[in-house]
Amino acid sequence: MSIEPATFDARTHKALADTALRKTLRDVTAVILDSRAAGLARLPHSDDWRDHARRIRAHTLSRLDHYVDQFVDAVESKGGQVFYAGTASDAVSYIRDLAIAKRVKLVAKSKSMVTEEIELNKGLESAGVRVVETDLGEYIVQLAQDRPSHIVMPIMHMTRHQVADLFKQKLGATDEEVADIPEMTQLARRVLRQEFINADMGISGCNFAVAETGSITTCTNEGNGRLCTTMPRIHVAVVGIERIVPTVHDLGVMLNVLARSSTGQNLTVYSNIVNGARGAGTERAEGDGPDEFHVVLVDNGRTAVLGSERAEILYCIRCGACLNTCPVFQQIGGHAYGAVYPGPIGAVLTPSLQGLEHFNDLPQASSLCGACKDVCPVRIDIPRMLLSLRATSVDTGRSPAWVGLGIHALRWVSTRPALFRLAGAAAARATRLLARDNWITKMPGHLSAWTKTRDFPALATTSFQERWQAKRRGAR
Amino acid sequence: MSSRPARVQLLVTCLIDRVFPDTGMAVVTLLERLGVEVQVPVGQTCCGQPAFNAGYVDDARAMARHTIDVLTKTSDPIVVPSGSCGDMVIHQYEAILQDDPVYLAKARSLHERTHELTKFLVDVLGVEDVGSASTDKITYHACCHGLRGLGVKDEPLALLGHVHGATFCPMAESDVCCGFGGLFSVKLPDISSAMLDRKLDRIQESGADTVVVTDVSCGMHMQGGLRRRGSRVQVKHLADVLARGAGA
Repeated sequence: MSIEPATFDARTHKALADTALRKTLRDVTAVILDSRAAGLARLPHSDDWRDHARRIRAHTLSRLDHYVDQFVDAVESKGGQVFYAGTASDAVSYIRDLAIAKRVKLVAKSKSMVTEEIELNKGLESAGVRVVETDLGEYIVQLAQDRPSHIVMPIMHMTRHQVADLFKQKLGATDEEVADIPEMTQLARRVLRQEFINADMGISGCNFAVAETGSITTCTNEGNGRLCTTMPRIHVAVVGIERIVPTVHDLGVMLNVLARSSTGQNLTVYSNIVNGARGAGTERAEGDGPDEFHVVLVDNGRTAVLGSERAEILYCIRCGACLNTCPVFQQIGGHAYGAVYPGPIGAVLTPSLQGLEHFNDLPQASSLCGACKDVCPVRIDIPRMLLSLRATSVDTGRSPAWVGLGIHALRWVSTRPALFRLAGAAAARATRLLARDNWITKMPGHLSAWTKTRDFPALATTSFQERWQAKRRGAR
Repeated sequence: MSSRPARVQLLVTCLIDRVFPDTGMAVVTLLERLGVEVQVPVGQTCCGQPAFNAGYVDDARAMARHTIDVLTKTSDPIVVPSGSCGDMVIHQYEAILQDDPVYLAKARSLHERTHELTKFLVDVLGVEDVGSASTDKITYHACCHGLRGLGVKDEPLALLGHVHGATFCPMAESDVCCGFGGLFSVKLPDISSAMLDRKLDRIQESGADTVVVTDVSCGMHMQGGLRRRGSRVQVKHLADVLARGAGA
């Protein structure tokens, strides 16, 4: 789907002009952050849990090839099939070919960011396969032909009134059917239930893949994910290669910190551990579950990130806490980022996976306040990753010339104290010409961006160091 | 810290030096009143933080080496009245000098003996009541780099709690960024201004006539915004408040 408007600047202005959106963002993030704080407060020694979760992620990613092999062996030993997709198009081709070969007409999908990343729906629809998103938020996004604006709450940008209008328009809903949120949920349930029954293929994402057991895990609060993985005759799990944890014991740690950081719950309501097709790993064939289980492991740039100084970004467990706490995200929302992964994590992940060519603005869109690092359940140093991307941006000639000139000039005078004094005195004289009462309402050049909304201080005629030296002379 | 230092080096920061020299003098007054001799190492300029934040690591490194040279002429502890510049010297110098063993070792020695002002007062000198007085209605904004980079959280509040005669007005969202972020404020001025607006709303709701900060950079951003709103609320560095003695 093309992104409108086309530039980060234009998207930002659109968001900032949308007062309803900004109020929604502020209200929802405040509630969810309170829930997060309460959820972690209920967990004794929650900081130790987070430290441990970080160690699990660090360990796993430092030996990812080993754990991927172990995971693949475990899935295959239970009759599942694994495809390692180097690129997004490899992943889409495999699933599309599978759907065609198995005469799949309808796919029921549960919420999955990695399938958004590889644009799976577009690929399947081009082959004539109908895809239905079954997560309520994603279903609404699909009906509206919109994009998710948050990695956990896809329709954070919408009000319930907007959803009601959409249901009336697209589903022909009556006023009674959209009277309140429970009614709207019931309506979506009725529509989706039939889709589950008719679906030939279920596609899920995966929160964590367990290497020792070959299990995949989905965390949802609606139960739709479980229907996707059990009702259709084929289940395809799309898994980012970094989703792996070594053992079921580790999974327990991760599920605990994920739910609390994400929604504040002790555990996500439907935390499903899927061990493969019907009867997999058991003596007797069980009655439920799909006939076939496929795992598509998606690399799509992750191996390259793993070998870079930004490898730590792959520790991310997609809880969304950094989005919720980010004062920039709270102003502009997810769509402004123009990418599948928004917010602080997206500002690092998107350019790391897809290059800075189209996403040079994202690492700049941060005041580096550090709130993201504070709430990250696995303590990713997101500000440091942003700084690393800014350095890459400079090294590859993507930083504006005026910034470079300014910084080089600052270096030039700062490494020559006599010049620093002279330059400071000159700047003081210049600003004093513009100032009234020590403050300036209109600065020239690039500093005019400051004085659009803020006064700018005039520099002091006598610097602190000059006053200090005068004081010392006086004392002698 | 085993013994109370008799003498410190003041890294005043370029913004205080050139824009807010009164604050620099206030830091000196405060430290001298507490019996600490202040040295101001000659040749100090900018620590390199703006270059580092903008991704110009080579330039930041050159400025870091210069500042390290200025500060390693004596082994006295260093006091920085800024969380942002303090974090640069204490944490980031080591990060950018990994490939320079000579300066890396010097950066490590600075890490050990460099203190943000409020942490120096409370943790090193062990003082919370510095004998200051004020009739201001004060609220406090926690500047990001001090708070999250250096853990400056309780110290400023403890110091403010002992300012005789002052009224403290709590501010909601006191730890949310004001939107300054250095070059961020001019590169992305609209997002920055939206963040500032939110901060100014909270300041005005607090009922305070004075906002205390520990970084003049965030302070000038908020003061610039308050002036534009026509507000009479003053932003002050904590040192400006603490330097006013009970007898003054």
